This record gives sequence, C-alpha cells and structure tokens, in this order.
Amino acid sequence: MALDGNAIGGLLLEIFGSDMTSAEASCAACGAVGPVAETTVYVRGPGTVVRCRNCTSVLMVVARVRGLNCVDLSGLAALDADPPR
Amino acid sequence: MAGTAVRGRLTWQVATVAAVTEETDSVRTIALDLPDWPGHRAGQHLDIRLTAEDGYSAERSYSIASADGEPVMITVERLEDGEVSPYLTQELRPGDQMEVRGPIGNWFTWGPHDGGPLLLIAGGSGVVPLRAILRHRQRSGSSVPARLLYSSRSLVDVIYREELDQYGGSAEVRYTLTRNQPPDWGGFSGRVDDAMLARVAWPSSQRPLAFICGPTRFVEAVAELLIARHYPSSRVKTERFGGA
Repeated sequence: MALDGNAIGGLLLEIFGSDMTSAEASCAACGAVGPVAETTVYVRGPGTVVRCRNCTSVLMVVARVRGLNCVDLSGLAALDADPPR
Repeated sequence: MAGTAVRGRLTWQVATVAAVTEETDSVRTIALDLPDWPGHRAGQHLDIRLTAEDGYSAERSYSIASADGEPVMITVERLEDGEVSPYLTQELRPGDQMEVRGPIGNWFTWGPHDGGPLLLIAGGSGVVPLRAILRHRQRSGSSVPARLLYSSRSLVDVIYREELDQYGGSAEVRYTLTRNQPPDWGGFSGRVDDAMLARVAWPSSQRPLAFICGPTRFVEAVAELLIARHYPSSRVKTERFGGA
C-alpha cells in the first residue's frame, strides 16, 4: 500500500540535513511541481521508491547499503527546499 | 542529478516510557520522557526504532498526539499482523526504553499564524495529529474556527472521545460511524461522502485550510471530494497511513 512523502520525512532529514516534506519536487518526466509530502511513496520494497502523484514516474530511490544511503534523484528536474509561497 | 551516497546525520535518542493510557481496546497513548527533545509542532511525527537482542531492528513512524510545548505523546493502534504495534500496545510498560528521532515533517503542521477556518478530517487513528492540532489551537487561545469530521468503525473505536466532546461549541466535532451505530445514534453513518461534506465542510469562499489524515484510500477519496468542492490543492494537506 502506498504512503506519501510525510512517511519518509525522517529518512530525508537524515539524508539532506533539513526537513524536506515541504520542499518542492519537480518531476523530470511530466513537469508537475508539488511538495514532497504529496508524492506517492512505497517503503516495503528493498529500497524506498518515491513516485510522481501526477504521472507515477519514479522521482527518487533510496537504498541503504552497508549503512550508507544510496540516493538516486535522477527522476527530479528540481528539488527546492525553500520554495517561494 | 546524479546518484550519490550520504552518511546519516539525524540522531536517535533514548526515550523512557513515562506513562501509558488505554484509549480503546486496541489503542493506547504512550507518554515519553525525552530529555533532549527540541520541541515539536502540532501535526509532526517521530520515528521509533526497536532493536531485539539478536540485533534485528524495526523502525516505525508515529504521529505526535500532544500539542506544542506539551510532553511528547504518541497514540498507537494495534495492527493484528503488525510487528511493532502489538509490542507497543500490549507489552510496553512505564520505565521501558526505546530509540526515538524527531520531530519530523514541517508540511502537515498547523499553528495559529496558518489561519483557517480549519477543516480536519480523520479516518480511524488518523485522528492523532489532528487531535494535536485541536489541542494546540485551544492552548494557544486561537480564535480560528475549527471543525473535525472523524470517521470511525463504531463508537467504541472512537479515540479521545471524552476530550473531543469537551470542546462543546469552541470546535465542532462530528462523527461518522461506518460499521455499526448505537440505536439512538445522532451522528453521521457510513463513509465520508459529498452529502456529508456539504453539511460539514466550510464553503471554499471562506478560504478554509483542510487537513486529512487516515488510511491511504480514505485520504484520497476525501481529498478528491474537497477538490471537487473547489478547495485549492495547496489548502488541502494530507497524510496517508497506508493500511486498510
């Protein structure tokens, strides 16, 4: 069952050093822009997969390997931690 | 952006269980003593890590049930096939310890400066962060109007009922019972639908701020209904628990 970006707030805080749930993610595939909190998140696989709520493309993948978080952000066109509101 | 590997930097701290309160047959509130807690905001959550003697560890996220400035409390529902919740709801005792990190998440939070009117919609244990928001609103003396629509299976499954009923007119609390209702039930029955929202939801012209929390399917159905009622998506904040 899918969760949302709130569920990986801790993981992203660990990786980025600041809260990312209100950061704005831009999908590299469809261009949709929205807060990380509203992305679709799957945590039950071998890694954590974050998908675009609009087009379901993969935005981010995080896999923990020997204590290191391996982070793939290639599905993101941009990730703005301090978006203008 | 290229893939990269980053070392962890969010720190875990040891929490001691200060008290446990049974809320319903399957739900309990756990008060935690966290000496190094930096303070939290209503709506945030924390991560818990439990480690067995053999080194196996499990992490879970729980919404914080207490308001800003209050001691940290979480409210946990027992999932029958769960790995962590049966321990937290049945075996955990005051004095027991666990690892905690947080507070986490700045998106699904509310403070008086965020305004309203507030529309809070909860499915089951999704009421936990919304309870923190209501408590914070009350404790901060905020005059932002607030309504809570709380969907539960039956009346005995309603968490915090006594506290929620105490709001009287200062926050409007409405229940809907989806599975069974007492004979003299005066609240709503069945799943949240548009007819229910027509009676509970603030008109979009008042620029309401909505928070929806509960199982994924519940949250998505309710969010869709609010968008159809012309709530701008930027004013509909959601948190999904997964599950049923």
